[in-house]
Amino acid sequence: MAGITSYGAYIPWNRLSRADIAKAWGGFAAQGEKAIANWDEDSLTMAVAAALDCLKGVDRSAVDGLFFATTSSPYREKQAASTIALATDLRREARCVDLDGSLRGASTGITLALDGVKSGSARSVLVTAADSRMGAAQGEFEQLLGDAAAAVLIGNKNVIATVEDTYTVTNEFIDLWRSAEDGYVRSWEDRFILGEGYTATVSAAVKQFMSKHKLTPKAITKFVAYGPDLRTHQGLAKSLGFEPAQTQDTLINAVGNSGAAEALLMLVAALEEAKAGDTILFSGYGDGSDVILFKVTPEIEKARDHRGVKGYINNKKVMPSYQKYLKWRGMIPTESARRPAPIPPSVTAMWREQKKNLSLYGAKCMACGKLQFPPQVLCVYCQDKGMKFEDVRMAEKQAKVFTFTHDYLAASIDPPTTVTVVDFEGGGRGAFECADRDIAEIKIDTPVEMTFRKVSHLLGIHNYYWKTRPVR
Amino acid sequence: METIKNRVAIVGMGCTTFKEHFNKDADDLIVEAAFEAFEDAGIEPKDIQAAWVGTTQGTTGMSLARPLKLQYIPVTRVENMCATGSDTFRNACYAVAAGIYDVVLALGFEKLKDAGISGLGGGGYPNSGVEPRGTPPGSFSRLAPRYFHRYGIDQAKGKELLGRIAVKNHHNGSLNPKAMFQREITLEQAIKAPLVAAPYLGLFDCCGVSDGAAAAVICRADMAKKFRPDPIFVKACALVSGPGEGQIRTDYDYTHFEENTRAAQMAYREAGIKNPLKEITLAEVHDCFTITELVICEDMAWAPRGKMKEFIEGGVFELEGELAVNPDGGLKSYGHPIGASGLRMLYECYKQLQGKAGPRQRKKDGYAVVHNLGGGPGGCNTAVNIVGL
Repeated sequence: MAGITSYGAYIPWNRLSRADIAKAWGGFAAQGEKAIANWDEDSLTMAVAAALDCLKGVDRSAVDGLFFATTSSPYREKQAASTIALATDLRREARCVDLDGSLRGASTGITLALDGVKSGSARSVLVTAADSRMGAAQGEFEQLLGDAAAAVLIGNKNVIATVEDTYTVTNEFIDLWRSAEDGYVRSWEDRFILGEGYTATVSAAVKQFMSKHKLTPKAITKFVAYGPDLRTHQGLAKSLGFEPAQTQDTLINAVGNSGAAEALLMLVAALEEAKAGDTILFSGYGDGSDVILFKVTPEIEKARDHRGVKGYINNKKVMPSYQKYLKWRGMIPTESARRPAPIPPSVTAMWREQKKNLSLYGAKCMACGKLQFPPQVLCVYCQDKGMKFEDVRMAEKQAKVFTFTHDYLAASIDPPTTVTVVDFEGGGRGAFECADRDIAEIKIDTPVEMTFRKVSHLLGIHNYYWKTRPVR
Repeated sequence: METIKNRVAIVGMGCTTFKEHFNKDADDLIVEAAFEAFEDAGIEPKDIQAAWVGTTQGTTGMSLARPLKLQYIPVTRVENMCATGSDTFRNACYAVAAGIYDVVLALGFEKLKDAGISGLGGGGYPNSGVEPRGTPPGSFSRLAPRYFHRYGIDQAKGKELLGRIAVKNHHNGSLNPKAMFQREITLEQAIKAPLVAAPYLGLFDCCGVSDGAAAAVICRADMAKKFRPDPIFVKACALVSGPGEGQIRTDYDYTHFEENTRAAQMAYREAGIKNPLKEITLAEVHDCFTITELVICEDMAWAPRGKMKEFIEGGVFELEGELAVNPDGGLKSYGHPIGASGLRMLYECYKQLQGKAGPRQRKKDGYAVVHNLGGGPGGCNTAVNIVGL
């Protein structure tokens, strides 16, 4: 029977306290904090992190598809899933799809993936969702929205949660929107959109599903449903008869409303706590609703080796100031460094170097056996004229800092630019910028891992590469 | 294989002041340096049979022929990053040693301060744009954590040792009317300066970026005395272009430049130097950053590995020390107009050996060494030129 075979999550290291936002503008502060993508992160890079968490220990040659759900794709025209597939080292034959524009993309992706697995067209499909939506300064959305990503693998071998049934309803409804020109989320009057939109739609869909399967709330271990905000979400769960202990937390207090990622992130959190025999009623919302009933299998105990929500939620740094957030998001003009204008990348060179830059491959010399990064034409150790190398993926190796610098002169959105020279486990050395770092924690021999980041955005081209990040 | 030793002589040199020449362009600087050299050699521009011009930002031999109005002679443009000036000189020497020309000009220049930026700019071919953002201080500063870690020197002591190098080079610069910075600094100022590339490099650990030009008139050794009674003879010209292994191989230690070591040995062999610390009177080395000077002194075999602490504290490389390093103030105080620097270093060696270095004058015997480096730790070009009487 088909269902979820693995899961993963990603929550950015940086958090912004809602009290700090309110302090800047005055007015009401919502509870808690929100997770915020670093200046070199976006929905694509966060999806890569969640996907890699999900794919840990998974045979990637059997992944036949990658669906990416977001409302904040870096491009309006140009697929993001294809970049994610290279960064996560999937086969070129894997079917890549962006499920763009709807907050419900993740649950839609699961239903589509199930169709593929059940029909036999795909052995397994990775469904990943990430969002980094912007609320304009001083508004409710600025406090509410947070950034995160999650991923599940849908397949029919070693299933940890089988899908018992699914139900989908589409509902044309303008509650939240961003037109092509809009940088910030817009919405209609909340009593209307929350009552006639979210609550009415999800409520009807869940009731329809439960009545079809003759389910009572007591038969459900966890109700995992997207919630636009804490109060409305709690109201919906209560009205459907679910006790607070049965209702999966939206993570809005700790992460924020993470848009297209929210329901999937909640599902991952539920799976982390789930035991064999549990039933999970899952619902996505946005332009309609998907309802999916999962039944947890004993296989779940073999799938615990992921960071998931648990691993990331308390791994954090609260931003020292709200101003920095404004700068990271380009919400205020700042004086540029007195340095040369950055040079846009060559798309030709980006294409030629895909395997190195996006998949982070090094090369092992067949003559002397030494691994080196970046790949060379002639071996840097033995200069063998045979020039035969074996490709070696470096992106998921750990490394140690050999030496480093914090460069205050280099132009950066968040100076200083920390550059680490690192030695990979098993060989190979490279110089990489270091992300998500406290200056004091970078020392000789500091353990680091690789993280996929955006290194520039020039001519409208999002250029991605790998950075190091301290292992925490 | 023959050597360059005593086959070529320097009979005239010129060097502009190095500073922010906001009111001069490259042509002004080139003419000034070249005419000082012509006058020093007692020749006219028409006496030059061929020329080499070193610049990282200029283009082609015409960048020299045009301002000097050279009359249809060969001019070759040389570029080898920050080692450009010394490689320009080396190529000119070889053409004379080969017997093709009798009298040639080697000139290096750079006009950096029209760019409106701090530090040096980038450049190069379009690429995929994924290399870590960085600047020269960022690149060279990678040496410092590793050097001090390897030799068990704590951060405060490491900062102090680097500060002492800055204090020395500022002192020497204060005695040099052509230097960009002609003022002394205190050790405390050096250590407490704003950070440029943490944890070790502050403002005073970094050389000055400036405009300037320097030039040498070179001739066959057997003709030298016709030009002047005190020509300076070329003893060695070495250049090593590294294969860049250090940025890739895990056995590179980031506490030395293999290129320096190889170029030094190549040059000492050619000059016949057996005991460099004893036989060399003064050296102009590529102190783009204080940590670079520290490492260079070991690479050049003037101090054993890991012993620079004792040598710095013992004052070995000060103006009055056993081997004066950067008596003219170095890149640190004189400034660093890239293409000109190698010839500026040579200018000090030439003046010192002629006894014309004023308050900075060392004894007039022994060898004078130019060490000029372009690139960074793990991959660079190093030129070592040695001159003497």
